[in-house]
Amino acid sequence: MAGPKLKPEELASKIKYSLPPKGWMDQPVEFKEGTFSYSGNPKNIEYMDLPNPRKWQPTDPDWKLPENWKEIILEGLKDRLHRFRSLQIFMDICVRCGACADKCHFFIGSGDPKNMPVMRAELLRAVYRNDFALAGKIFGRFAGARELTLDVVKEWFYYFYQCTQCRRCSVFCPYGIDTAEITLLVRELLSLVGVNIDWIVTPVANSFRTGNHLGIQPHGFKDSIDFAVDELESITGVRVEAPINKKGAEILFITPSADYFGSPHYYTLLGYLALFHEIGLDYTWSTYASEGGNFGSFISHDLMKSLNAKMYAEAKRLGVKWILGGECGHMWRVVHQYMNTLNGPADFLEEPVSPITGTRFENARSTKMVHICEFTADLIKNGKIRLDKGRNDNRRVTFHDSCNPARALGLIEEPRYLIRNSCNYFFEMPENTIREQTFCCGSGAGLGTDENLEMRMRGGLPRANAVKFVKEEHGVNFLGCICAIDKATLPPLMEYWVGGVEVGGVHELVGNALIMNGEKERTTDLRGEPFHIEGNWNAR
Amino acid sequence: MHDSGKIIVGLVIFVGLFTAPFWYDLSSSEALETPNPVLPAKPDQKECVANLEFMRRNHMALLDQWRTEVVRDGMTYFKSASGKEFEMRYTKTCLGCHPNTSQFCDQCHNYVGINPYCWDCHNKPELGGVQLDTAQILNPKSETLSERLAPPRASSSSNIDRDRFKSRSSNRPSSGSGAF
Amino acid sequence: MNVIFSLFAILIIIAAAFLGASVPRLDFLFGVAIPYAAITIFLGGIIYRVVKWSTSPVPFHIPTVAGQQKSLPWIKDSPLESPHNTWGVIGRMALEVLFFRSLFRNTKMEMKNGPKLTYGSSKYLWLGAIVFHWSMLIIILRHLRLFMQPIPAFVLGVDGIDGFFQVGLPGLYVTDVLILSALTFLILRRLTVPRLRYISLSSDYFPLFLIFSIAATGILMRYFFRIDLVNAKELAVGLFSFHPVVPQGIGVLFYVHLFLVSTLLVYFPFSKLLHMPGIFLSPTRNLANNSRMKRHVNPWNHPVRVHTYEEYEDEYREKMKEAGLPLDKE
Repeated sequence: MAGPKLKPEELASKIKYSLPPKGWMDQPVEFKEGTFSYSGNPKNIEYMDLPNPRKWQPTDPDWKLPENWKEIILEGLKDRLHRFRSLQIFMDICVRCGACADKCHFFIGSGDPKNMPVMRAELLRAVYRNDFALAGKIFGRFAGARELTLDVVKEWFYYFYQCTQCRRCSVFCPYGIDTAEITLLVRELLSLVGVNIDWIVTPVANSFRTGNHLGIQPHGFKDSIDFAVDELESITGVRVEAPINKKGAEILFITPSADYFGSPHYYTLLGYLALFHEIGLDYTWSTYASEGGNFGSFISHDLMKSLNAKMYAEAKRLGVKWILGGECGHMWRVVHQYMNTLNGPADFLEEPVSPITGTRFENARSTKMVHICEFTADLIKNGKIRLDKGRNDNRRVTFHDSCNPARALGLIEEPRYLIRNSCNYFFEMPENTIREQTFCCGSGAGLGTDENLEMRMRGGLPRANAVKFVKEEHGVNFLGCICAIDKATLPPLMEYWVGGVEVGGVHELVGNALIMNGEKERTTDLRGEPFHIEGNWNAR
Repeated sequence: MHDSGKIIVGLVIFVGLFTAPFWYDLSSSEALETPNPVLPAKPDQKECVANLEFMRRNHMALLDQWRTEVVRDGMTYFKSASGKEFEMRYTKTCLGCHPNTSQFCDQCHNYVGINPYCWDCHNKPELGGVQLDTAQILNPKSETLSERLAPPRASSSSNIDRDRFKSRSSNRPSSGSGAF
Repeated sequence: MNVIFSLFAILIIIAAAFLGASVPRLDFLFGVAIPYAAITIFLGGIIYRVVKWSTSPVPFHIPTVAGQQKSLPWIKDSPLESPHNTWGVIGRMALEVLFFRSLFRNTKMEMKNGPKLTYGSSKYLWLGAIVFHWSMLIIILRHLRLFMQPIPAFVLGVDGIDGFFQVGLPGLYVTDVLILSALTFLILRRLTVPRLRYISLSSDYFPLFLIFSIAATGILMRYFFRIDLVNAKELAVGLFSFHPVVPQGIGVLFYVHLFLVSTLLVYFPFSKLLHMPGIFLSPTRNLANNSRMKRHVNPWNHPVRVHTYEEYEDEYREKMKEAGLPLDKE
């Protein structure tokens, strides 16, 4: 992956929080290279039955919108105001106190005032006031109203695709105004006139067709799992079972597809395989529901539902009792806050009970899907697995709370419990950058594209800076996380801003520490790296 | 309407709280009763130290000023807008005409919820409507003190702008209970 | 520009009240008709807005969680930051509404060379906001002494506490000082912080100026150009008991004050001041974090196209067979 053109110091020195002389309504958007994503592939737009498939790019003067694009968007907005109380409230009650402004990683990293969450929402609010609010209709611009024009649409595209729906601003907002909700709804509106980005549309089409966003077909899926089983055997000397599409298994396991096709996700997959074998779990993988991630959730509620439907459908078909979900961020937002509403009730499943410890997962009794961190924490608490923390002594670990597990689930202590039980050296980043105040990786919600790299590095700066701090203070060399997008996008971010910090999943650390029955004498971790490294901070 | 139960309860509470003064006054038998300060049948003086409108609005400030002038500046006399001189003594001058707090002061004070702290220190002339010699209700100590301190001259440097009072002393009638 | 527009609007309103109330025959209009109309619009407007909000459903369960969830029994959850039941939500909302919990979290980001980012605690906005809102509430409550007859004991209690310091005559209310200070801070903040200036609309300055004018005219009436308070209360009680009277000689300033208050009441339901009822309906705050425990129902749950397993197997049957994966149909 080619880095941004600018060196880190140059980029940082260019971040200015000064404001343009013109008011925001008069400053048209400028598409700067490296700060936006390419348009959706018309083939995939067509495949998903989405409107207006065509070839275009954001830098084109003519976006080839349908003739009545304005009517479509305004009708769409009206419809959504009737369907989402959230939208109605968020349009009406913002007082522009500015508390959210410097909470956004994109504002911090870009200095662009329209990346303040309040401004981002104002881009929509101004149109709402113009067409749906009395004061705006009477006083026009004085009441902050602005007519919907093509320039406004371009501005929407630029800035609503510079929001990763991380919801950090919503934590600080005195009314809980949720920019993620506004962003998702504006992306729905844009999608109505065929304005999409490819790194959402294509994964959506892939997920729809093959079950996973990478477009891996069933035999490919089996190949990668089999390969992982072989590799795990060569590391540990233990041959594990990895059943696929097995009817009558007790548990269906669903994880993001990157876990079996991407690095460093792959080591987390090895961790899962080792763990499930060690506890003798009766479970199955699925090729049909082979994606935890939900790219639909980046663009519309309907596509979110469409892709998510596979989880329950497959659980029903295979006749499992409940579902276990792997490490993923927005997948868990969808599972926790949407799935049961969209595709439930899951009355064909049973209330999740750990077959190993007998623990009843009361918190998942209706949705019937348990987070792997909850599951494993329960195993450790009940002494069902043996962990040798020393096997992670080549790591000095810090933990990045992924946005959605932290701010949608409140899954904060579980992963820390796993890390503390798997590693001897764990250091927290500064308190304003973790837990519910965690900073996004800067590449979520479909923005993790190469062409958008500069913006990603800017957006990831707050996270990277906090890692750099613990690296310098404590010699941290490993950034743990529980999100597939994190695992994909934090490595280049670390390389750009920090250096010398590896990224991996929490279950990789658990897998490293796991003592398996019948294992051979172990000298390396799941990455094939020696447990103890000469010259390592910990070896001093 | 969704979540109508909670929202209606919320609205009822809100409207109930906001309109509480309506319910309260409509159900109160005293709501339309207005203050009825009683003047003595035989007042000491024919005219007050300032006109009615001024006194209704500003008597507390005047008393405050008198206190400052007497206690701090040692002045004794106040020249009214009409040119008449009054001794700046609450006990003698004011209570001379208005000797009974419950029939005079308290009438309005209670109505608008004012609890002056005059009587935190001074004896309250609570005399059941009987007019007594004001000397009886003086705090003897403070009188000696003020007499000792007071130089025998009239006040001429009052802070109150008498000309302004004059110009403002229009004779607009009060439609209130009008018993002043 | 936005500032000037708002300032101009306030000046026009004040001038209108001054001129209007000076005309003898118009005091019924300013003392009775306009206040009644304003109260009606305020109540009607708020009910209309809230009912309109309520006609849109809450399709999804989207609380913004700010603490540990309730999961395994031995992990300590935070019932107020991540409430899992109604009591927790009530607690969270109470913290939010009464103490501005979220704003209390506020931090200030600074970037130093390196780059090095820091996030210092920044409570000024919280302080200004809470001082303003609580002062306003106490001021409204102690105004009840002029609205209710006889005066309830608790109103006198509030009044006594507010005037506790017994400074000056009439005694100084602490809230009078506080509300003007807080409003001044909030106005200056908007005017001087470039970022705030950038986002501020006329509709942000206007209510600040309006409430400042209301407080200022109130203070002027109490300490500087006193009005006839007994007559003012007669007018107020007359309004509330539906026996409107317009006593003579209350003072023009009183009518200006009353007109500004009426303006605020009318402006309220059509502006951002709706945050007052709105906070109670905000779905990121008023929902419990229990969406995996209890199913949330979306009344319009759209039917969507799904790719069924049958279609999937039809497409990949040969490849699955070859790879030895189990099939539903051979």
